[in-house]
Amino acid sequence: MSEKTKNPAAGKKAEGLRVPWLLSVEYEYAAGHFATRFFQELRDNGRIWGVRCPGCQRVYIPPRPVCGICAGKTGEWVEVGDEGVIVGCTVVNVPFIDPMTGEQRPIPYGFAIIRLDGASTALYHFLEETDPKKLGVGKRVKAVFRPERKGTLLDIKHFRLLD
Amino acid sequence: MPHKVGIVATGQTKHTAKRTDINLRELITEAVTRALDDAGLRMSDIDAVMLGNMEPFEGFMLPELWSVEGWGGLGKPAMKFNTGGTVGTSTAIAAYYFVASGIYDTILAVGFEKQSEGHTQTAITTVGDPLWERTMMAGAIGNFAVMASTYVHESGVTEEHAAKIAVKSRRNACNNEYAHLQMPNLTVEEVLASPYLAYPVRRLDFCPQSDGACAMVLATESKAKKLAPQPAWIKAVATAHEQQYMGDSPRRLADMRSQRAASQRVYKACGISDPVRDLDVAEIYEVATYAELAMYENLGFCAPGQSGKLIDQGVTTMSGQLPVNPSGGVLATNCIGATAMIRVAEAALQIMGKAGKRQVPGANLALATGYGGNAWTDALILGRE
Repeated sequence: MSEKTKNPAAGKKAEGLRVPWLLSVEYEYAAGHFATRFFQELRDNGRIWGVRCPGCQRVYIPPRPVCGICAGKTGEWVEVGDEGVIVGCTVVNVPFIDPMTGEQRPIPYGFAIIRLDGASTALYHFLEETDPKKLGVGKRVKAVFRPERKGTLLDIKHFRLLD
Repeated sequence: MPHKVGIVATGQTKHTAKRTDINLRELITEAVTRALDDAGLRMSDIDAVMLGNMEPFEGFMLPELWSVEGWGGLGKPAMKFNTGGTVGTSTAIAAYYFVASGIYDTILAVGFEKQSEGHTQTAITTVGDPLWERTMMAGAIGNFAVMASTYVHESGVTEEHAAKIAVKSRRNACNNEYAHLQMPNLTVEEVLASPYLAYPVRRLDFCPQSDGACAMVLATESKAKKLAPQPAWIKAVATAHEQQYMGDSPRRLADMRSQRAASQRVYKACGISDPVRDLDVAEIYEVATYAELAMYENLGFCAPGQSGKLIDQGVTTMSGQLPVNPSGGVLATNCIGATAMIRVAEAALQIMGKAGKRQVPGANLALATGYGGNAWTDALILGRE
């Protein structure tokens, strides 16, 4: 490299310039036919419904138009229980910005994959309990409904340990 | 029949938590320059470029546009892949498809991510359906913790088994000049003393967030033989996907359908019946210690419930029968868009005999995997012949 083309910053150790950018935008998603019906039932009647695949007889929650395993249409709505079993669980201690709110999600919080009685698949939801020693795979839980419901998954406040 | 394809060169950045000295384009340039130098090629020798990156992490739309001068793409055919944790293997497999099909002779594949510039856990949480899972998810950490709790329950692996994986990774990383987390003196006790990020996953059970890029040059048989004394031949590739929701396969880690399917497919193509005996080295995509343990089962390295025994016996350590992640793996370095490609590049270095202090002597057959999205798996087998 000749003198003329030498980088003027060569040899000087400088901290690189950094440029901040804040993203604050709102999105609005269509729920689709199946989820719309699910959340209306949850809001209006406090009941939880899945759909059955006529091929493999799996009862899907979240409800959906197609069974991925059979690659065929689902269809029959089936009511499932508001109690179920923990399939996997954790208590989150790590802070992060919640993309649902733009704020830091309060920690610690418990959440689990829960298989509701009568369902074949399992659902993510919050747990009331935040002591990992009291939680465990295989423990039974029950949905705690909010008195005022809006038609979202949070119409169930959380799941409470039954045992 | 696909044409024979060889990896002839690789290039990586020194992966680290924050590369504040350079921008994304310059990061890419570092890896690309090293790969081209390794092959003795110039950008004009490259027919097409495959790129891999996860845009939500940096908040760039079209990073391939922002970085076109970093990867020398002006006027060239190019494509970008955006498949989650599997980005790097998807990109490598796409490059393979183009050479194997005879469409291009020489391809550059590049994976990159500058995690320090965005919000990883927030971006990953948007993987979840906003109506159902996004509300509860806590990035990759929360998902893996839930999966790990099931795996611990079913397999009986202990926190000590997980800690041994953490120690193996960070010590192996000391032999890899590109690795992010190098901890030569890490002990099982230190891992067990690190706090829970999300029970049962402790801080040292989980991967770091890294800035880094990886590039590879792939070529047809005749070109590969001229460009490298020992190319790493791609013997087989497979990708397998999962259903949409986490709870659709509740034993997701304990019985990883996509990983079993992808690995069985590449094993069958290569006549591998006992991977621990038949493979010489594996570079697998394990973002958490418990994931590596579960993957031992799902990749057929051990019988169900025996993964703890495998690490107790040291089978997957550098001196064992099947060293897993001599590079330190994802537990030592995770620059997401590059991470799965690093698995392929590290497997290639082993086959080419260029892995330096982390070389497994005489490595003849290597497995590389990618894992991500909603539990998708990519798998590749590389070999000397």
